[in-house]
Amino acid sequence: MSKVDSQTQRTSCPNVHINMAILTDYARHKEKLEGKKSMNKTTISCNKSLIGFIFTVFGLLMTSMAHAEYGYNLTEGVTDFSQEVYGLHMIVFWICLVIAVLVFGVMFYSMFAHRKSKGVKAAQFSHSTTAEIIWTVIPILILVVMAIPATTALINMEAPRQLDENGKVVVDADGNTIPIQMEMTIKVTGYQWKWKYDYLGEGVSIISSLDKLSNAARQANPTVKLEDVENYLLDVDNPLVIPVNTNIRILLTANDVIHSWWVPEFGWKRDAIPGYVNEAWTNVKKIGTYRGQCAELCGKDHGFMPIVVNVVSKEDYTAWLSDQKVGETVKVVTATNNNNDEVITPETTVAEVVAEPVEWTQAELMTKGQEVYNMECATCHQTSGEGMGETFPALKGSAVVNGSIEENIKTVVFGKEGTAMQSFGGRLTESDIAAAITYTRNAWDNTAKDAVQPEDVKKIKNS
Amino acid sequence: MSHADTHDHDHDHKPKGFVKRWLMTTNHKDIGTLYLIFAFAMFILGGALAMIIRLELFQPGLQFVQPDFFNQLTTMHALIMVFGAVMPAFVGFANWMIPIMIGAPDMALPRMNNWSFWILPFAFTMLVSTFFMDGGAPAAGWTLYPPLVLQGGKNLAFAVFAIHMLGISSIMGAINVIATIMNMRAPNMGYLKMPLFVWTWLITAFLLIAVMPVFAGAVTMLLTDHYFGTTFFNAAGGGDPVLFQHIFWFFGHPEVYIMILPSFGIISEILPTFSRKPLFGYVSMVYATAAIAFLSFIVWAHHMFSVGMPFGGELYFMYATMLISIPTGVKVFNWVSTMWKGAMTFETPMLWSIAFVILFTIGGFSGLMMAIAPVDFQYHDTYFIVAHFHYVLVTGAVFAIIAGVYYWIPKWTGNMYSERLGKIHFWWSTISVNVLFFPQHFLGLAGMPRRIPDYSTQFAEFNMWSSIGGFAFGLAQVFFIWIVYRTIKGKGTTKATDRVWEGAKGLEWFIPSPAPHHTFQDGEPVKDEQLAHVSSH
Repeated sequence: MSKVDSQTQRTSCPNVHINMAILTDYARHKEKLEGKKSMNKTTISCNKSLIGFIFTVFGLLMTSMAHAEYGYNLTEGVTDFSQEVYGLHMIVFWICLVIAVLVFGVMFYSMFAHRKSKGVKAAQFSHSTTAEIIWTVIPILILVVMAIPATTALINMEAPRQLDENGKVVVDADGNTIPIQMEMTIKVTGYQWKWKYDYLGEGVSIISSLDKLSNAARQANPTVKLEDVENYLLDVDNPLVIPVNTNIRILLTANDVIHSWWVPEFGWKRDAIPGYVNEAWTNVKKIGTYRGQCAELCGKDHGFMPIVVNVVSKEDYTAWLSDQKVGETVKVVTATNNNNDEVITPETTVAEVVAEPVEWTQAELMTKGQEVYNMECATCHQTSGEGMGETFPALKGSAVVNGSIEENIKTVVFGKEGTAMQSFGGRLTESDIAAAITYTRNAWDNTAKDAVQPEDVKKIKNS
Repeated sequence: MSHADTHDHDHDHKPKGFVKRWLMTTNHKDIGTLYLIFAFAMFILGGALAMIIRLELFQPGLQFVQPDFFNQLTTMHALIMVFGAVMPAFVGFANWMIPIMIGAPDMALPRMNNWSFWILPFAFTMLVSTFFMDGGAPAAGWTLYPPLVLQGGKNLAFAVFAIHMLGISSIMGAINVIATIMNMRAPNMGYLKMPLFVWTWLITAFLLIAVMPVFAGAVTMLLTDHYFGTTFFNAAGGGDPVLFQHIFWFFGHPEVYIMILPSFGIISEILPTFSRKPLFGYVSMVYATAAIAFLSFIVWAHHMFSVGMPFGGELYFMYATMLISIPTGVKVFNWVSTMWKGAMTFETPMLWSIAFVILFTIGGFSGLMMAIAPVDFQYHDTYFIVAHFHYVLVTGAVFAIIAGVYYWIPKWTGNMYSERLGKIHFWWSTISVNVLFFPQHFLGLAGMPRRIPDYSTQFAEFNMWSSIGGFAFGLAQVFFIWIVYRTIKGKGTTKATDRVWEGAKGLEWFIPSPAPHHTFQDGEPVKDEQLAHVSSH
């Protein structure tokens, strides 16, 4: 997907991270803002007051900083909704700034003019009904001015209607609005601490977690310098891929705790809640790579479950999707057949390769198991198997790991209610689970020293 | 009246010995002092946790703490600051000042007053002890959202019982305030003659009684979900994790006003004094406070715009939330009008109060921005909200508390604080607090989520600024301890007069400094000319 990964780039200097997207967006915003002459006039005339001056200096300081390296304002984003949100954000910001300059201006004037040291004698008035009516009514009017576009924006998110080219709402013969048609649906499931994307109706699923380099660099004593990681903490192993200019319904749920799916460039975040299916939608107007993060505290590694979305042309998407479908087959096959070197052509069907389940050897299980364990389990239970306190118990010497195979498999497949132990049954293949369990039962000083076959896991999973 | 009190001054019957004087005290002033000292200690503890947080966030990468411990820090920082520092500080002010301000000899229920204070140290010992347990302290955020909070170990039980004790303490304190104000006002102290601080506390007390039981209910349901197999918040058992959020914020939103209304009261006392001019719009201030309190009950779900509410719900909560800016605006306009054409001087309490008005208003603006639901889809759970609530709680509530300490400490101790040190403390704090929190607006807008121990390199610059500001602000408060200590001990200070401030009005300025152990025991009617407000409305 490297050909579409053009949105976020860095310069060659390793310590200067320039987010091109933010920079170009910023330049555009600036032009736009300067175009709004009336707004600009207001700020200039207010510069006379001290606070206006302070704001200007601070603003310039921030502007120069932003020019140099960093974003400091909301993104305009790449969807109609995100642009609407950005516009609203700026309107409300400017209204607040004007009110601030006026109110603080009066206050600072008063502080300079009405000082005892200047020999002023205090007036003794204590109320004015007229003044109080004015400063109740005017704010109400301002609120109405804000509420109108805010309501429209909310409708566009929650109950989107078809619009024509001019942005006017399309109505049918009876004068009713027409809801927009969703062209595809993606189900997003939050896990501690990764995302799963299901392309509904396509049979394609992706598990997306923090990329290996970021993961290495974020450790307490990192083996990789975070300066050397492109998009540190904002990169994943398997990004979500979606087509451009397509109405996409996004369903959100979670497997363990509440997460929140947020890509700033799309203009919204929405919680992924266990037991709920939330709905949102997007239609991205620009090909590119967009990055976001989980936005709801979801435990230890909340800060380490980024979101990356590759938005590609419709043709590229179709091609990618059919590749994925083959890939899915391959995954099932390799998992069951345990022959990673076998060349499987897209024409090979599942039935051909999955002739019969193969028994895994102890050594194979251990090698594979260690790999799975370090990927999936070690964040909590630690590579050493010693865990982290009560919440993430040690597997070394654990009663479950050294106990009956059946209990052990059940714990991994179904999770343990009321604890941080989640269910892996829906997420890992049977052979992955079997290998990981075998590994834990043999690793460290554990005494079970037996092997678990994918078949055993399958039996319990289907029981 | 002041004659009678002066007469009482030399033999004011303070109990002898630490246990009798402090542990068994029923004196509103001593209990007020205990509350203030306790709040200060918790402020320093909560601040120390914040220092570790800012240290870890000083630069990207994990240098000092592990992610799980980081979550414990943010959770405990909030719980300690909200329930240990800000709320007890205001109860301390209430204890000290309300009886004096309304001419009452003491709080209405002195023994209960003792109990409501002495629960607190035990509650917090219990809460803080979780740091030293296997599994550590609660780490699901102060909002304690399930299912995450249910993954914690035994810290949940400790946190829940601590919260119950805090709730009992708060409710008893609130009952005491209401009973005192309703029953103990001196003759001729009508409701619309009460200082605004008393009014704001009366309204706050009703909020407390209304919502603390709701919070207690919510955390009890967490407890039974965790230990007794209920599934209130577990979807797998027919429960609903979002239900908790509704209950929590039905408590939580009034709770944030519980922390700000008494601040409004303190500021409304200080600004007129140093402007030498009556408070502008006294009656509308009372109504505005009541309006804010009412609105606080019907806006809770604006904390949950990203939770996936129905469209109609989002629309309603957006409109209702926007409405709050009306009475809040009235207050700010009234404060500015109070200063307008006054004869101002800028002693330390006045400086803190002016900073409060400006910086709290900035927090109000970001609050208004977040009321716009579709835009809140972007702001929600980012550093923008972190900046917002620290503007209203630190430069709001905490600044008001500090202003109040400088304003009344001469009355409490009989010594003037050092004006020079007070001003250094003010400028040091005000500059550093803005370096600390202002960049967090930019971080949030640029896309940094809250409650993360490590961040992408694009956020490095602003985080570094924020941390530098944080360390400086933290140090300034250690300096504050020293100033307060010197004032209590009378080192490098002058004796305070009874009136203390040239423009001061209100009953507290007509008793001696330091305030005698017992005041207003004669039940004489108050004189109108001693009062700041003699509203004829």
